Amino acid sequence: MNKTYYGKLIFEVSRKGRVGYSLPAKVGSHTLGEIDANLRRSSDLSLPEADEQTVVRHYTNMSNNNFGVDTGFYPLGSCTMKYNPKVNEAVAALPGFTALHPAQPVSTVQGALELYYDVQRTLSEIAGLSEFTLNPFAGAHGELTGLMVIRAYHQQRGDTARTKIIVPDSAHGTNPASAAVCGLQIVEVKSTADGTVDVEDLKPLLGPDIAGMMMTNPNTLGIFERKIPEIARLVHECGGLMYYDGANLNPMLGVCRPGDMGFDVMHINLHKTFSTPHGGGGPGSGPVGVRSGLESFLPQPRVVKSTDGTFELLADENSLGRISSFFGNYAIVLRAYAYLLTLGCEYFPLAGKLSVLNANYIKERLKPYFKLPIDGLCKHEFVFDGLRDEYAGGHDEPDHVTTLDVAKRLLDYGFHAPTIYFPLLFHEAMMIEPTETESKETLNSFIDVLIRIAEEAKADRSLLKTAPHDTPVRRLDDVKAVKDAKFIYKNL
Amino acid sequence: MAKVIEGLFYSESHEYVRIEGEYGYVGITDFAQGQLGNVVYVDMPEVDDEVTAGEEFGAVESVKAASDLISPVSGTVVEINEALEDEPELINKDAFANWIMKVKLSDPGETSALLDAAGYEAIC
Repeated sequence: MNKTYYGKLIFEVSRKGRVGYSLPAKVGSHTLGEIDANLRRSSDLSLPEADEQTVVRHYTNMSNNNFGVDTGFYPLGSCTMKYNPKVNEAVAALPGFTALHPAQPVSTVQGALELYYDVQRTLSEIAGLSEFTLNPFAGAHGELTGLMVIRAYHQQRGDTARTKIIVPDSAHGTNPASAAVCGLQIVEVKSTADGTVDVEDLKPLLGPDIAGMMMTNPNTLGIFERKIPEIARLVHECGGLMYYDGANLNPMLGVCRPGDMGFDVMHINLHKTFSTPHGGGGPGSGPVGVRSGLESFLPQPRVVKSTDGTFELLADENSLGRISSFFGNYAIVLRAYAYLLTLGCEYFPLAGKLSVLNANYIKERLKPYFKLPIDGLCKHEFVFDGLRDEYAGGHDEPDHVTTLDVAKRLLDYGFHAPTIYFPLLFHEAMMIEPTETESKETLNSFIDVLIRIAEEAKADRSLLKTAPHDTPVRRLDDVKAVKDAKFIYKNL
Repeated sequence: MAKVIEGLFYSESHEYVRIEGEYGYVGITDFAQGQLGNVVYVDMPEVDDEVTAGEEFGAVESVKAASDLISPVSGTVVEINEALEDEPELINKDAFANWIMKVKLSDPGETSALLDAAGYEAIC
């Protein structure tokens, strides 16, 4: 691409007065001069001015610099970057859905509500819980909603002393963040050497001030928490509720259910587990499910089925109220519905199992080259702790090859980097999640490239230290980016 | 290897305190700065804040992670290292010279619960 011209910002290619078309001076019986002075802008709008061809080239070139699941393999751990099937988009674009208005009378949108209801029921069945709300806009929003349900449950019983929530040290950063936003105090529980929750460390933390415990299972290391029944029992005995962070639900699909493990409240990321667009590709959706007895606390509106078979909106007096405008991201729920129907009962359980197979395949083939801190079967993802010393150089060598160098070099080979430096339990963490939607050929080419990078690290460290070489921009100065951030193009 | 200095007291969460009379200078260890990588921000307490041993008094943010700072001692903050506001990277240059807060100790006996240099070196 011609970076000197097309790599510029749209503001930089702007030329005063340049337009792609000309507007008539008079529209119908109106001319611009007829608008009252108090309704007209006094200052210039400062929009870029360019002809159509320049605009098309600018954005086409910019889109070529993007990387997404439609471009290539995206093994970002904990993010479940599975393929987003195009049939989901085709369904979501049907005019029967796109022409709906959220304020339409309920009697005129029965089909749309039935779909919503079906998703609520299907997610409840998949999760082993009683009821779901589809209103939250994203995963963290779902966490907040779920924690608000837990708080409402305690408060309704008059149990106001429960102000603390237990979070494992391997948890996603959103867990303590959501808890803090909800006004809860965070208590950290440690992990054992095998990466799972340390039950002995948990026991002394439990008491009458504990509102609940947040867990991800399998956890952020891709390890299934085998002691989950005991942990759930202990937390319930102290009066707390169990919260399931659905970020890692993918490998569990059709195999086991959070409700059966003893969880009371959970969220699901439709944009991870149910193949809806992710990251910059589209808005998220974080439905929240609850066990029997907690339904009335869920936010409004909830779609319920009447005895006569029609669908209506329920406003429960216990409800914690609205957490979103209207129904959340309806068009995303719609895409998830398409995904559920595409797989059906027959193929749905295969998704989770294949995601586990793919992750273990990569792990086993690469472990001669990368440090594997926790050996054994993983679920949908796993964590390496950097390259082995014989490839990277010892940790005490000042120029040893780091996980960052490996991740940057991967970009030269056309792969997105895995999640790096998370979880914090390991200092050179590299978290790989392939998902079930990748072919063995793709996995093999990714593995081959990582082996090649290991050999490169051994032969010529500078190649990795200066990577990436073939991307639109080279390695960025991340310290400067934080300390000396520039937020408007005029400061560049 | 990370540097460990004799005569300081250390916590398992990688803070140190240097005792001078009734005051303690608290910072993060050389090992801690090495693990964090480039420090880009230090969230410091304010003068006159009360801090408690074993409890959070601020946070340090690097390009890799944000970590809570846990006070090794109890007392009142009498001074903070204002140089870190503009140059948090001073911690990477010399973590022991660039302390984060100076505390008037309320219980000087608390240091007996902390590690000495040899004890700390063993957990690094």
